[in-house]
Amino acid sequence: MHQVTKLPGGSSQLFVGLHLIHEVTSPQAFAALEEKNIKVRCPERTVATVDHIVPTTSQQRPFEDPLAEEMLSTLEKNCKSHKIQLHGIGSGNQGVVHVMAPELGLTQPGMTVACGDSHTSTHGAFGAIAFGIGTSQVRDVLASQSLAMNKLKVRRIWVKNKLSHGVYAKDLILHVIRTLGVKGGVGYAYEFAGPAIEALSMEERMTICNMAIEGGARCGYINPDQTTFQYLKDKIHSPKGEEWYNAVKWWKTLASDSLARFDDEVKFDASKIAPTVTWGITPGQGISIEETIPTPESLEPSERPIAKEACKYMNLKPGNPIKGLNIDVCFIGSCTNGRLSDLQAAAKIAQGRQVATGIKAFVVPGSEKVAKAAEKLGLHNIFLQAGFEWREPGCSMCLAMNPDKLEGRQISASSSNRNFKGRQGSANGRTLLMSPAMVAAAAIKGEVTDVREMFSPSN
Amino acid sequence: MTTNFPDGRITLIKGRCISIPGDDIDTDRIIPARFLKCVSFTALGDQVFADDRLELAGNHPFDLKENQGASILVVNDNFGCGSSREHAPQALMRWGIRCIVGQSFAEIFFGNCLALGIPCGVLSKPEISLLQELIGRNPQNTWEVNIEKKYIKDDLNKIDLEFDKGPHNMLISGRWDATSQLISNKNELEETMRSIPYLNQFKSN
Repeated sequence: MHQVTKLPGGSSQLFVGLHLIHEVTSPQAFAALEEKNIKVRCPERTVATVDHIVPTTSQQRPFEDPLAEEMLSTLEKNCKSHKIQLHGIGSGNQGVVHVMAPELGLTQPGMTVACGDSHTSTHGAFGAIAFGIGTSQVRDVLASQSLAMNKLKVRRIWVKNKLSHGVYAKDLILHVIRTLGVKGGVGYAYEFAGPAIEALSMEERMTICNMAIEGGARCGYINPDQTTFQYLKDKIHSPKGEEWYNAVKWWKTLASDSLARFDDEVKFDASKIAPTVTWGITPGQGISIEETIPTPESLEPSERPIAKEACKYMNLKPGNPIKGLNIDVCFIGSCTNGRLSDLQAAAKIAQGRQVATGIKAFVVPGSEKVAKAAEKLGLHNIFLQAGFEWREPGCSMCLAMNPDKLEGRQISASSSNRNFKGRQGSANGRTLLMSPAMVAAAAIKGEVTDVREMFSPSN
Repeated sequence: MTTNFPDGRITLIKGRCISIPGDDIDTDRIIPARFLKCVSFTALGDQVFADDRLELAGNHPFDLKENQGASILVVNDNFGCGSSREHAPQALMRWGIRCIVGQSFAEIFFGNCLALGIPCGVLSKPEISLLQELIGRNPQNTWEVNIEKKYIKDDLNKIDLEFDKGPHNMLISGRWDATSQLISNKNELEETMRSIPYLNQFKSN
């Protein structure tokens, strides 16, 4: 349906239904268009926000960092001259691009979604085909509302049963990536399905699809269902009136039917998954909280060199438990886990407790809407009373493009998506990925902790 | 740093090889995020592998004297995984890389390279190991990557390279810069847009 035509190279020209842009990967694309005097083909189908470079302490303009200020003012200028809607700071809609677009109802089932950011796979949670692109392709989409794309194979990830109490969508996806590897998905789209997936809320589904890219898949998606429709109902950009019913009617036809054939299928049992934590330098180097750092002998020969490199970088010893490992910084936020339900899960752990001495812990809502909703529920007060900082929305310490950074050898418990060397801003900083509730638990105890031991009988 | 960037048909690349060993080398390592704070790509060539180079204090392959001027990058498995930042291939290109040979590439990175006219050719694991060994033994050796005929060779060895068919066609025909082609299919685009439900109030046809 979205194929415009076949291209001579053998790929397809694919129409892009929703193009999201931000300050980092768009300026060079606009510059290239202007150089060639090319106009934006469908300015109404591109939507902009600012997220990567915004400071989360004070968002007063001009920003303290002149480079960050230049990037935002360039985006503002480009959006203005090409008539593209920009949801800027203070608009009420600004946020991490993969948090704010779904909130506005921009992401809908059956759409093709592209954005110059690898975590665009998030939007697949709605049954959209959503993928990250490079700046040359941002230019292509601006110029033609389409891009060249190769056909993908589909691997169904079937998850039966249900996640246990204290185990979250983040644990599920870390478990999947650990099992299939960080390049297991190359050439594939991942379709997440089965009872455990159907039971997830939209926010949890976004966490799953967000990290499909960390498993090497070009995109991840979940078939739209009543949960999807319920989420979209009455969002700003959702269809209204009679159009809504027509939309739902079409959306219902999009799901893979029972006769669908997949290029590959892998099955998981959600009830067997425990809270999962990464110990290494790729998102595939994860273990359950009950396990120990793998010994080289326990790994496939091909995984041993990177495991060795990871142990050295992380200063961890094979055979040692991950539980009890001291941490320095706790970060709750990001396009993976910066939504309201993530903050609620973390607040439940933080409530009535105190962040351990010497630990820096902070919470960064994924968007202005998330911040507002959380404040309405009083979550900010729970965090503040427990000793967490409550920040302004942005990408923050998921990546080091703003003032939020690790320092030196610091080790963080982080609800974000990447634990690459240097990812969080210090060339030798260390990252442990985990669910927001696990990060909160780590903040309270000052060490990696099994969050399941921290629930009171009432919650 | 080089400024003579790929243009037109990409058929033959001749030059010295530089090897970056290791699987899963991600784009945060190729170009750390702090260098993404820019509105143009021009300065990226100096910043390629910045943190790895800092750590190795002059001993990183990109700093070694014998590798200066090399144009063929040799890598292992899943090179370029992680973020979609085009800054990664831009940084490599601006340092002087014109072709990458590896065991496998992350998909977005591969696409970003293609959009810049940088071919990514594939060799098997043993072939990569052999090539890396040969480069280590004689970094000054000149190699020839023939994109059209799909091989890499020096005076002694000739190894067949694999290229994906579509990207291979685009490179050798000089049509890897997709923009003008995409724009030219104007009527087809309009026709497609008329049939997409969400652009047409979800009316059933």
